[in-house]
Amino acid sequence: MEYFIELFLGGLTRGSIYALIALGYTMVYGIIQLINFAHGEIYMIGAFVAYIVCGVLTIYGFHGVSILIIAGLLAIVYSCAYGYTLEKVAYRPLRNAPRLSPLISAIGMSIFLQNYVLLAQTPDFLPFPALIPDFEFMEPIAHIIGSPELVILVTTLVTMIMLTVLIKYTKIGKAMRATQQDMSMARLVGINVDRVISTTFVIGSALAAIGGVLVASYIGQVNFYIGFIAGVKAFTAAVLGGIGSVPGAVLGGLVLGLTESFAAGYISSDYEDVFAFGLLVLILILRPSGILGRATKQKV
Amino acid sequence: MKRFNLLLVALVVCVSLASPALAADTIKLGVAGPHSGDLAPYGIPAMKAAQLVVKKINANGGVLGKQVELLIQDDQCKPEIATNTATKLVTQGADVVLGHICSGATKAALGIYKDAKIPVMSPSATNPGLTQSGDYPNFYRTIASDDMQAKLAVNFAIDKLGAKKVAVLHDKGDYGKGFAEFAKKFLDESSKVKVVLFEGITPGAMDYSSIVQKIRRAKADVLIFGGYHPEASKLVAQMKRKRMKTAFLSDDGVKDVSFIKVAGAAAEGAYMTGPRDLSSIPLNAAATAEFKAAYGEDPGAFFKEGYSAALALLNAIQKAGSTDYAAVTKALQTQYVDTPVGKIKFDGKGDAEGVGFSVYQVKGGKFVELK
Repeated sequence: MEYFIELFLGGLTRGSIYALIALGYTMVYGIIQLINFAHGEIYMIGAFVAYIVCGVLTIYGFHGVSILIIAGLLAIVYSCAYGYTLEKVAYRPLRNAPRLSPLISAIGMSIFLQNYVLLAQTPDFLPFPALIPDFEFMEPIAHIIGSPELVILVTTLVTMIMLTVLIKYTKIGKAMRATQQDMSMARLVGINVDRVISTTFVIGSALAAIGGVLVASYIGQVNFYIGFIAGVKAFTAAVLGGIGSVPGAVLGGLVLGLTESFAAGYISSDYEDVFAFGLLVLILILRPSGILGRATKQKV
Repeated sequence: MKRFNLLLVALVVCVSLASPALAADTIKLGVAGPHSGDLAPYGIPAMKAAQLVVKKINANGGVLGKQVELLIQDDQCKPEIATNTATKLVTQGADVVLGHICSGATKAALGIYKDAKIPVMSPSATNPGLTQSGDYPNFYRTIASDDMQAKLAVNFAIDKLGAKKVAVLHDKGDYGKGFAEFAKKFLDESSKVKVVLFEGITPGAMDYSSIVQKIRRAKADVLIFGGYHPEASKLVAQMKRKRMKTAFLSDDGVKDVSFIKVAGAAAEGAYMTGPRDLSSIPLNAAATAEFKAAYGEDPGAFFKEGYSAALALLNAIQKAGSTDYAAVTKALQTQYVDTPVGKIKFDGKGDAEGVGFSVYQVKGGKFVELK
């Protein structure tokens, strides 16, 4: 039972990070039907910015939690700027192009950003300081859950509540939902669709940056390539939950994280990915639009 | 087949024409390896090493009062050419052979030398089967075989760490999985330990908390990991976070400063195998200096192993008092010789004892060789 709880919490931690990143995929897809393959890179840039800021702040003598908050905020600002620019440079000019063109553009941006960080920073693995203080819990709790896992779970929860409030109860949230339902109609009733799309990218990027900082500080290393695998997994989570659906992304992330954790824990870590993607195939056979996805009608 | 026969005839004619010139009383050291083609950089340093050794020995009066003559043959690392190379060296009357370089070419050529009763010593062929299969009693090498690291790690875990339960992980890559599979094989052969876990992990995965929990549940004393430093740093960090006492033991892929840099305090106390530190061996520095003086550049791959092999072979003939196969074999297996890779002799299967790897431990942010 104890082992089950350990695996459950490990899976939950991993799943909530997947969920944070998956939200960016799903929100963008919901509005402009684009799979933003460069989203994983935004996550990586968030982690890198936090790494650099940490270095600077440590020199100026800041401590633990204050570094975490400042570095986190700056990472969010930078990632948002990248997300905003990405949309403006790579996707907006292709708004009316066939759907494949922005997709190719997204893959291109992903490769560009990876190599940009590789050249501008380093190909090496860098040690990321453990920003989340590791409280000395007492055994037998210490090995079941540590403060980093707790911080990740709580942060993710708070972020998601804030996101729900934003989408449900604010003016921009209403505009986002309207644009998602029918873009040309939204434009006709006076919604600035371009701004709504930009905002969506900015929000998605902020979530990715939060995920990036949390993960980097949890596992203690950053590298230009971390965005790729995280991106693939989060994209899988988004599809699993039903791409375009916000609660679906969260559910998909958690389901994916738990599946991986239990597969590795009870069967074999050789098969971790086999089970993760096997589950995806299974769900897509039974529910082609994902767990919470709606069957989308092609808009004419 | 006809063409091959013709080639053989041509070869025999060539050799019979050449033999009167070679009839002079010398010790003949054959050198075979890739000296042309894309793999030449692996063969040329050993060839140059043999030339340097022979020049030095001849200047000091040779072996058994005779001058040493080099017979150099190119095999391009190709097994089909290597058999021809071997035949050529045999017909030229080579007493001992330094080579071949690639494991595949070496294996192809060995049978021919075996029938001709010629001891062969490779500076670079690391395929474990070459010595361990027992098929080639005439084969020796001055480099550690591929499974040597795993063997060392397993012996260290059992004898020094007193392991009873061992978990083995790898990163599913050729290098890491190879190491882990050899380790598992040696662990299974020992009755003192049990392998409680043998699994591959996905490199680059976000975290390894599930597998770390699993190791904890299996109550492993030692974790043997085959792979590289990024995964190793994640593993040790997560093990430390889970307050685990399991010792971490890994391979040369982890013996990289990045491991200490990235894993930080969690790396402290971790063990890993790595090439022996040869900087304290005077002959190693001397051989390198000799090469630099002769060629004006740094020696390439397998230079010191090639130098050692040439020294070991000629020393064995000197000690044996003749080029007789049985006497040379006995000398190789009983007489120590000082070489750039250390003071060595060969075991019954042909592997150089004490060559290759040591166990290191991270102490105070540095890799410390454990004696």
